[in-house]
Amino acid sequence: MSRNMERGERDFDHDDDGGPPERRPQSGRGGGRGRMRRRKVCRFCVDKVDLIDYKDVKLLQNFIPERGKILPRRISGVCTAHQRMLTEAIKRARNIALLPYTAD
Amino acid sequence: MAEKRVYEVVYIVDPGTQEDEVTRLAENLRTIITDQGGEVTRNEVLGRRQLAYRIGHSNEGIYAIFEIEGTGREIAELERRMRVSDQVIRYLTVRVDEERQRAEKLRARRARKAAKRPMSASASGGGQATRGGGDE
Repeated sequence: MSRNMERGERDFDHDDDGGPPERRPQSGRGGGRGRMRRRKVCRFCVDKVDLIDYKDVKLLQNFIPERGKILPRRISGVCTAHQRMLTEAIKRARNIALLPYTAD
Repeated sequence: MAEKRVYEVVYIVDPGTQEDEVTRLAENLRTIITDQGGEVTRNEVLGRRQLAYRIGHSNEGIYAIFEIEGTGREIAELERRMRVSDQVIRYLTVRVDEERQRAEKLRARRARKAAKRPMSASASGGGQATRGGGDE
């Protein structure tokens, strides 16, 4: 955050150059680790998915970043059960060249 | 119910293969399965697709799929044939009956839960959305 504000009161509702808003509560005090992040919910649970198909490349691609690795659920918010299904599906898809093992 | 397993076999055919050759290959493989006592419930050529990585010297391949009901013996024979075939460059067999059963069980459990406490989901959904904006 830039400290050179022309007018003190202006900075109040000045939305600092599009930075991620969820970081804001953190800036006040250091220790407050309470709930600054939005609660992530498993999208498969929301959609009531019981089976993740390894042939559904469009879906699986959402969970492999450029490098080709499987996105950890700490980031995606997917629940344990669905992450397990997802992992299995991605590995199968890799085997038949629907997804890359590595992107390099 | 007798021991009956359901398999899904995806295989990739060399992209240089002509279309009618692919169907002939699929037909050949199908007879191998039925000869071993398996039942083919799906036999489909999915089409040409870019491979995610190189296999041999190809960058693309023709995808095809079988769905087979049987004991597992026909799978062994099918895989052996595909392994020696020059046209099939990759295959993957997945046993799907167990995971489908599990999915069905999950679905049933959810249905049971929903029946136990009806209209709880629709009531709580609305209020959240209206004041959600700030902490998005």
